[in-house]
Amino acid sequence: MARELIKGNVAFAEAAIRAGLQAYFGYPITPQTEALEWMSHRMVELGRVFLQAESELAAINMVYGAACTGARVMTSSSSPGISLMLEGLSYIAATEVPMVLVDVMRGGPGLGNIGPAQSDYSQIVHGGGHGDYYPIVFAPASIQEVIDYTVLAFDIAEKYRSIVYILIDGSIGQMMEPAELPPMREIKTTVPDWATNGAKGRERRIHASLYMNPPDLEALNMRLLERWQTIQKEEVRYKEYFLDDAEYAVVGFGTAGRVALSAVRAARQEGIKVGLLRPISLSPYPADILEQISKQVKSILVVEMNAAQMLKDVLLYTKGRTPVEFYGRPGGIIPVQDEILSEIHRIVRNPGSIEGHPRDLWFKRVYQPTKGG
Amino acid sequence: MTIENTQVEELVYQRPKSLTRNPTTYCPGCTHGIAHRLIAEVIDEMGVREEMIGVASVGCSVFAYNFFNIDFISAPHGRAPAMATGVKRLLPDRLVWTYQGDGDLAAIGTGEIVHAASRCERITVIYVNNAVFGATGGQQAPTTLLGQKTTSFPAGRDPRTGGYPLRMAELLAMVSPESYIVRVSIHDVKHILQAGKAIRRAFEVQMQDEGFSLVEILSMCPTQWKVTPVQALQWIKERMISYYPLGEFSVPKGTPRLES
Repeated sequence: MARELIKGNVAFAEAAIRAGLQAYFGYPITPQTEALEWMSHRMVELGRVFLQAESELAAINMVYGAACTGARVMTSSSSPGISLMLEGLSYIAATEVPMVLVDVMRGGPGLGNIGPAQSDYSQIVHGGGHGDYYPIVFAPASIQEVIDYTVLAFDIAEKYRSIVYILIDGSIGQMMEPAELPPMREIKTTVPDWATNGAKGRERRIHASLYMNPPDLEALNMRLLERWQTIQKEEVRYKEYFLDDAEYAVVGFGTAGRVALSAVRAARQEGIKVGLLRPISLSPYPADILEQISKQVKSILVVEMNAAQMLKDVLLYTKGRTPVEFYGRPGGIIPVQDEILSEIHRIVRNPGSIEGHPRDLWFKRVYQPTKGG
Repeated sequence: MTIENTQVEELVYQRPKSLTRNPTTYCPGCTHGIAHRLIAEVIDEMGVREEMIGVASVGCSVFAYNFFNIDFISAPHGRAPAMATGVKRLLPDRLVWTYQGDGDLAAIGTGEIVHAASRCERITVIYVNNAVFGATGGQQAPTTLLGQKTTSFPAGRDPRTGGYPLRMAELLAMVSPESYIVRVSIHDVKHILQAGKAIRRAFEVQMQDEGFSLVEILSMCPTQWKVTPVQALQWIKERMISYYPLGEFSVPKGTPRLES
């Protein structure tokens, strides 16, 4: 199939359709609304289910009900909408029904703005909803990756009976790039053996998340963690660039990782031995490669479009083996190549130390105190 | 006396096949048990046990899935109509129904029920209204009557601070043009039999694709009302029905009303 110019929000919607999506439930929110609009005509012309819900609360619970029937289902939203969906997501995780959710992140907290941001790392990667559960999170950085990982998301969700998130920022949702869509897959005809679809000639099935006997709930908690052990082994994905001989490393995902790659290439042209790790699976996190890097380089620079959310995971996996520095642009702003390049120059001049909190050191460097504040 | 030679000559009363053998977890004097049995009898009569997916809610009836011998899913508080919508859109040939109390449906779940009704979603809602939050210990519900004392408004419901009781059947009938919406009571045998007919009619409306259906059942909670079961039955009859009139508030076009 030929490459065509396609917008991020349309790309994941059409990719999901071609992956055999059976139902989409959503609620309009900028900057992901084009996905809902695309679904509204494509799903209907294909005779599949599309419903614009009255809220994100309703949308996620429609997804929940539909997922209980064993169908391929999804929703998409943006940061404040995801906050509303977290209740349902916790229940979905507890009952182990597969689903895919695309979060096209915007600036926060609160209404924030509709600028591109990586403001949801913490709420998405670390669960967000109540209780112990472990969603799988992919953070593509190009339209082609958005398509490829959306298709993969459905297979992985069903394999592990898990929630899979596609986490992108508003700029990926809104931008157009040439990309190739996959061929149309048939809607699956098999129904999983856990589906609640009417107890015809069999014992009834139940999907519930209430365990009044604490040891029973503990058993569920441990079983979910057991499955997560497998996922951590099997589903790590990342891209590495120029890391073989690197003395310095940059770590960034999504758009921040993409801009960082341009900065790393520019630094290489200056002769600086710097490489880039771009995690694609934010959960499970590429911990092993990060451990290797932390044993190899003089300093690591973490770049994010937030005020240091992924940084905490980098600190966890590098365990103080090497200095970690941070550079962030929260508020709906994409850092430009030169900002990251000058940060690379700074750590080459002074690789830093493992003392102090990298976020607070960054804050002191960049923040102009409010006059009279 | 030995029971070995006892023969059942004519079985006149037994557990409906649509109920499990699990004993219910409701308080003595609670009418959830009557409502469960009515629903199960209707399902048996209609022979649709294997065609159904039930959606339980949060409150006293949170364990409804333990008592009905059918496929069941359990919704977050108030969200049962949204979950039922998801199931029904994927499985339009199945019968999908929710079982919700007044806290679930008329407080936290108001948005979901109003929009499910306005879409005339082909689901059936069994709405048990006992005018109080039972499971959490007797707090004011949206349906608590004016002056009724609860643990969260111990001086009684005052509309200036606690609002007016919500008449959900009337409200939903206004927003749901293709629907069957009825309020029944289960305070005596005559009304229990009528309630059974209404439940059957509600499932039939869904089955025949005629619209959304909801049966509001005036129910009692002697435990949280702090009265005896007999006094509670009297209270439904004297107090609840005068604020929550019984009857059909919406019937699908061209279909007859049930005789009262």
